[in-house]
Amino acid sequence: MSIIFKKTRALTDLKMHYCPGCAHGIVHRLVAEVLEEMDEDKNTIIAVPVGCAVFANKYFNFDSIQSAHGRAPATATGIKRVHPDKLVMTYQGDGDLASIGTAEIVHAAARGEKITTIFINNGIYGMTGGQMAPTTLPGMKATTAKAGRDPQINGNPIRMSEMLSTLDGPAYIERVSVSTPAQVTKAKMAIRKALEMQKAGLGFTMVEVVSSCPTNWGVTPVKAMEFIREKMIPYYPLGVYKDVTAEEGK
Amino acid sequence: MKDIKICCAGFGGQGTLSMGKILAYAGMLEGKEVTWSPSYGPEMRGGTANCHVVISDTPVGSPVVTENASCVIAMNQPSLDKFAEVLADDGALVVNADLATYNGEKEVRLLSVPANTLATKEFGGTRLANIVLLGAVVYATNCVSVDFVDSAFEHVFSGAKSKFVPDNKKAFALGYDFAKSL
Amino acid sequence: MAKYLMKGNEAIGKAAIEAGCKYFFGYPITPQSEVPEYLSSELPKVGGVFVQAESEVAAINMVYGAAAAGARVLTSSSSPGIALKQEGIGYLTNASLPAVIVNMMRGGPGLGTIQPGQADYNMTVKGGSNGDYRNIVMAPASVQEAVDMMMEAFDLADYYRIPVMVMSDGLIGQMMEPVSFDYKPCKELPPKDWALTGMGEGKKHMVENLVMDADECEAWNHDHFKVYNAIEAAEQDWEDFMMEDAEYAFTSYGTSARIAKTAIGILREKGYKVGMIRPKKLWPFPIKAFELHDAKIKKYLDVEMSMGQMVGDVALACGDASKIEFYGRVGGNIPTVDEFVAFGEKVMGGDK
Repeated sequence: MSIIFKKTRALTDLKMHYCPGCAHGIVHRLVAEVLEEMDEDKNTIIAVPVGCAVFANKYFNFDSIQSAHGRAPATATGIKRVHPDKLVMTYQGDGDLASIGTAEIVHAAARGEKITTIFINNGIYGMTGGQMAPTTLPGMKATTAKAGRDPQINGNPIRMSEMLSTLDGPAYIERVSVSTPAQVTKAKMAIRKALEMQKAGLGFTMVEVVSSCPTNWGVTPVKAMEFIREKMIPYYPLGVYKDVTAEEGK
Repeated sequence: MKDIKICCAGFGGQGTLSMGKILAYAGMLEGKEVTWSPSYGPEMRGGTANCHVVISDTPVGSPVVTENASCVIAMNQPSLDKFAEVLADDGALVVNADLATYNGEKEVRLLSVPANTLATKEFGGTRLANIVLLGAVVYATNCVSVDFVDSAFEHVFSGAKSKFVPDNKKAFALGYDFAKSL
Repeated sequence: MAKYLMKGNEAIGKAAIEAGCKYFFGYPITPQSEVPEYLSSELPKVGGVFVQAESEVAAINMVYGAAAAGARVLTSSSSPGIALKQEGIGYLTNASLPAVIVNMMRGGPGLGTIQPGQADYNMTVKGGSNGDYRNIVMAPASVQEAVDMMMEAFDLADYYRIPVMVMSDGLIGQMMEPVSFDYKPCKELPPKDWALTGMGEGKKHMVENLVMDADECEAWNHDHFKVYNAIEAAEQDWEDFMMEDAEYAFTSYGTSARIAKTAIGILREKGYKVGMIRPKKLWPFPIKAFELHDAKIKKYLDVEMSMGQMVGDVALACGDASKIEFYGRVGGNIPTVDEFVAFGEKVMGGDK
């Protein structure tokens, strides 16, 4: 009997605490599988955020640190500067990366810090219970914008991949999603590419994952995946925003 | 030896801080306890610059010279007006005579040294006027011996900067001898 | 041993390098900017890394990462910048990570002034971050002492796995004094077998900060306090200055203590039996010094460049707040020797 599928060694056996239909589990697995396939999991250190993924350190089966809210890119900078031969990652949500930690991500990217950031964008605050995120879409309801986000009152969403790709420091930035099996496959390829470019020392790399939060969106898991495709992706288009290896080829 | 407390004051760019540094360096080479403390902040950009040097045989307590100074060096009129009162009764007031005149009521031991004129005559510019004044200070206070000032120049201007040593020594001697002739 | 005439800020940078620190993350602020300036050119020469961070907040979180990665790491700032670092200081402490943080204090509060101050005692000694915690706080009164304390700070940080603050002020940062550098480890240091280095074939390491379970979080707190108790027992440090026959004692630290020393010399010449208890560490506070001297001390003369932030600790240490008189200057003003002498004469009132 041959084994055709098994759980990656780069995840622990702990039961994840994520809600049904949340995509964190999918992305955790993609990160872990890529690291195992690259045989780099034992050579990787990850800084996890404040937010729903705060316990990701318990699920990833490699060295990890819980960061202060938004500061994972700074913490990862400290780690990478001490261990330039390790793969160093951050895993951050939208509140963490695009709100309270905007300065840290922008400057880590601008410095071309040789780390890889996985940015989970689901347009809502999950852990604290559905408050408005910097990436909440106009009209989308949140517990701090009950009638729906009104840009006149609540400001506009931020497109981080587009913004960071204007900088010279990033080597690779791609926005992906995980709402269909095909998207999941593409997301995995993007994560692999980002980590390989970090390994090659090319600069800062980020994969933004347009993700779901059925619990705080107030919809079923299936509807949440539809919402990603119908509402989120039109506002946050998928694609490669920065790739210094492609630019070289031009 | 009693603590020798020196207050150097001038415009930013007149070499006030480096004059004090040479003095502190010479004191250190002579084996004395020394402190050098600057006023810091926006005044370093063209306003008044002053520093305090304390030289002693015992560890220096307060490094700040706000009273009973053994010597006040005023490189210009505003510095003289501001700091003359810091001088102890038996202190020496060293004034750059080209830029400042002492009109105070208090009788003081005044050394008026035309440092700009002396420096210009010897070196074609006022760049070393601070070191000329330093010569007068060392003559007036005897706070460090001349040999150690000379070696301080060699330490401060080492490597590529060693070309500055001869002129500094010369400027120092110029001020020292001028003060002696007063 | 070779002596250098160095500014306090630069000497602190050199001391860190001599103690084996290869990583600095910081942000410029007067009056400590010579620390990052010096280290930006000197650290690369020893294979180290200097990063000018985008903010104090980022800098302390870079320190958090580097400390977790097992490195000796330094950041430095001055009062308002240290206020910004408080979040990270709490995280470092909670995660039991060693780091050294220099505070070249200036007058406050808020943006305050750039001139020297000592008004960060409460923030630093009592804790400016959230939660129950302590940091070792060292208070040098000269450039040489700043150098020696920097070296000791790295050892204490590694030994106890705790952030150590070296708290000085703008005057000591800016002034030059002769210094020599002689680093000898003051402790036998345990291996950093907890550090994040990539697990390799070993076990996975985690540096954690969140504890969801209340009992577990309480246990964390108790574990930390075991360390704090050990530090209080072993690490109190102070200088007795002219205390042999003293009936009055100044209490002061850092710059104001050295000014007090000159004042005490003058008061002694006038016949007063006065000395000083000078805490060299502000936490743990040198309670033992007061146990030693309190019986023969009629009054304590607490002098600081603050509105009296240390008075409370002196009162706890001597057990009688009514024995303490206070004199202080703030806002960046440095008290003069004459002011301290006048204060001494007023308190002692001819009692020679």
